[in-house]
Amino acid sequence: MSKRKVKDDHMPVGECITQVQEVFRERFCCQKLPEQPEGVESQHKHLLELLKRTAVHGESNSVLIVGPRGAGKTMLLKCVLRDLLEEKEVQKNLLQVHLNGLLQTDDRIALKEITRQLNLENVVGDKVFGSFAETLGFLLEALKKGDRSSSRPVLFVLDEFDLFAHHKNQTLLYNLFDVSQSAQAPIAVVGVTCRLDVLELLEKRVKSRFSHRQIHLLSSLTFPQYAERVRTQLSLPDDFPDDKFAQDWNASVKNLCEDKSVEEVLQRHFNSSKDYRMMHMLLMLCLSRVSVAKPNIKPADVLEASKMCFTDAKANMLHGLSILELCLVIAMKHLNDVYEGEPFNLQMVHNEFKKFLHRKSSSMYNFEQPVIMKAFEHLQQLELIRPVDSSSAKTQREYQLMRLMLDHSQIMEALQKYPQCPTDVKQWAMSAFG
Amino acid sequence: MTSLLRHQAYEEERLQRVAEKLPCRETQAGTLLSLMGQPQQYSYPSIFIYGHRASGKSHVMQVLLKELELPHATVSCVECVSVALLFEQLLLSFFGCDAASLLPRSPSLSDFVRIYRQQCSQSPAKQTRYIVMEKAELLRDTDANLLPALLRLQELVEDNVTIILLSEIVWDKFRPNTGCFEPLLLHFPDYSKGELQQILSQDKHPSYSAEFYSSYINILLGVFYSVCRDLRELRHLAALNFSKFCEPLADGKVKETDTHKLWRNIEPHLKKAMQTVYLREVSSLQWEQMQQTEEKETGTVRGLSAHTHVELPYYSKFLLIAAYLASYNPARTDKRFFLKHHGKIRKTNFLKKNEKTSNHLLGPKPFPLDRLLAIFYSVVDNRVAPTASIFSQISSLVTLQLLTQVSHDDQLDAPKYKCAVSMDFMCAISRTVSFDIVKYLYDFL
Repeated sequence: MSKRKVKDDHMPVGECITQVQEVFRERFCCQKLPEQPEGVESQHKHLLELLKRTAVHGESNSVLIVGPRGAGKTMLLKCVLRDLLEEKEVQKNLLQVHLNGLLQTDDRIALKEITRQLNLENVVGDKVFGSFAETLGFLLEALKKGDRSSSRPVLFVLDEFDLFAHHKNQTLLYNLFDVSQSAQAPIAVVGVTCRLDVLELLEKRVKSRFSHRQIHLLSSLTFPQYAERVRTQLSLPDDFPDDKFAQDWNASVKNLCEDKSVEEVLQRHFNSSKDYRMMHMLLMLCLSRVSVAKPNIKPADVLEASKMCFTDAKANMLHGLSILELCLVIAMKHLNDVYEGEPFNLQMVHNEFKKFLHRKSSSMYNFEQPVIMKAFEHLQQLELIRPVDSSSAKTQREYQLMRLMLDHSQIMEALQKYPQCPTDVKQWAMSAFG
Repeated sequence: MTSLLRHQAYEEERLQRVAEKLPCRETQAGTLLSLMGQPQQYSYPSIFIYGHRASGKSHVMQVLLKELELPHATVSCVECVSVALLFEQLLLSFFGCDAASLLPRSPSLSDFVRIYRQQCSQSPAKQTRYIVMEKAELLRDTDANLLPALLRLQELVEDNVTIILLSEIVWDKFRPNTGCFEPLLLHFPDYSKGELQQILSQDKHPSYSAEFYSSYINILLGVFYSVCRDLRELRHLAALNFSKFCEPLADGKVKETDTHKLWRNIEPHLKKAMQTVYLREVSSLQWEQMQQTEEKETGTVRGLSAHTHVELPYYSKFLLIAAYLASYNPARTDKRFFLKHHGKIRKTNFLKKNEKTSNHLLGPKPFPLDRLLAIFYSVVDNRVAPTASIFSQISSLVTLQLLTQVSHDDQLDAPKYKCAVSMDFMCAISRTVSFDIVKYLYDFL
């Protein structure tokens, strides 16, 4: 019985599709790290050098990774850490503490988390410390290596760094940067943030202790590079079990990316945002159309997925309104046109609606005031209209001033798609001043 | 009939059962199913489903998760007044009550993530865990870090978990200031008229035929569709009014196929329902009782709001009329209406009445007590002395919320009021005292 690897066996289509889904879901949904991050080689080298100096040579450092959301900051950091931990010495000595601004909303919580992640809960025990600095100093003391010569290097990763700058007195940041400047213990502080103006948020004393080292991840992709990246993201890796299937798949992906309509779609996505996340969302939606009955991605799938990404949510909600509510929206639009965006209340809208019924309508019935009020409140609940000020105690509900949160073009577009819209309502909407 | 739902991970009969429970929602269920994928594979970290009320969002999620037996936790954000309740419920659903009891007194998000990580290192997820959060728009009002953290939960706890947010409000209104992890957006479109008919006809009464019931639904939709498309409301109205619809049939006056006569019988009843039960002016119980006693007495239905059946003493009615006139007439026109010999009216300073500035559109204006009393004395027929009983009637009008006090409670010498009643109510009141209020209103000159 040959013990050859199953690489050359042909799996049934169902198996192949499951494997395909597995590969791509790991790539798009749980952000599996690529072998080599593309396009950020210099940043990768810089960060790796810096962290190596801390881990191996015991030099303290601080750095900020700055870039818009979805640019790949966390991915870069994780790749660098993975490469760093390949060295045995580093693996043995380096301690990591990962903090997140969303979770550790307070310096006290952050300190507890640091204690926990350094496994020093027993050492701290029930001791009560006077200040944050004392606690931190104590923790770092406790990390001294066996021969009492120097402390083990610690890497602090602060995700959502800008949120830490909102804590009281920025105590955590001050102390961390202070330790990184003094010769107390070798630590590296890596902050990851999406705000480009993060340095403005730091207090003067904190900013002066920071090394002002920033790594920027601003994407400078061109469209051909973007399209190439899409193709590589959609291609199966070489170690896919079924060779023939993988080759067919990759060939069809190549054809797909050369299709004219798909290129237009990708151009549109490229124009709106270049980052990985939007790309992954689009590809995830395309992937969800792959099934046993249809084991590859067609251009129509990409078009559908793109339409789903770019759909106007408010227009979708307008589609589901009742005719009465739609008439109220049109009345509000007319009021906005005539009085140039001044806020209105229910009485004015009702008045406008009554004028329409009186003059032009044949299909709408004159509803009572409470029914109109209920329709108006439904629109308020959907947040399509909003009160101008929140003091609702002193004014009656009919007279509370509101603003319309919809655009002229959104309303006209929604009217086109509205099912069985009576013609007189449509004409009323399109007339200039109601 | 072949099932419209197909997925390689589940058998056909199971999906067939699911499809039967989700009429008119097969496309959306199919999309969700394909996004969820195989149970053991990862899914997109967060999905945001939006659509109108009663468009089937919760229903589809529940049916899918229960029938396909996937590990899930359903939380309604209305119940979670504090985040501790949310965390407890999630830990309870996934890891049992021991894990939930590990939460400290007032847990922070940090505690929750820490305990979740501990628990899932002991029992990792073999299938994707789903967290369904209904009425997700209330998450915006909690701590600012909760929504962005929940959207990234998969990354923070390093487990195979997906969050599904259901809401009526569009995603653009949720986005935090500095951005967050964008979820996949899915829209559940509203039901069309045909689909509503199809779904409502499924509730048919056992003793009547299906065509009879769907002709009833047809009539009901004809009256209510232009006002309301909410499936829940329509079902409620259909259930309440069906007995009235069947009455002539029970009496033997008409046959099942006589749709015209049935329509003539039910249509005024449905119109009345629109003014009362639909607005929740009367409770459903009152409505049903009223239907049974309708032949005996033809009194009007007593609404739940105060304004429909309040009886005021004689002077209070005049005080209310005076208040209404004071609110809706500008002060400079008082001389014209209420003095016997007002002399010539200067025309030059009168602005042409613009429709927008009609006081009935802008709302009532505040007026001081003196002005109210002045108008009151001129409006009331006989001479009235300013006794304490008059003033106490003003206070009781404020308690009845027919007047609102605009000035601060501390100001005792010159309080200001506003009239808080509608024109219809005023006309009814002034008719009872034979006072022609329209003649005295500036807007109707």
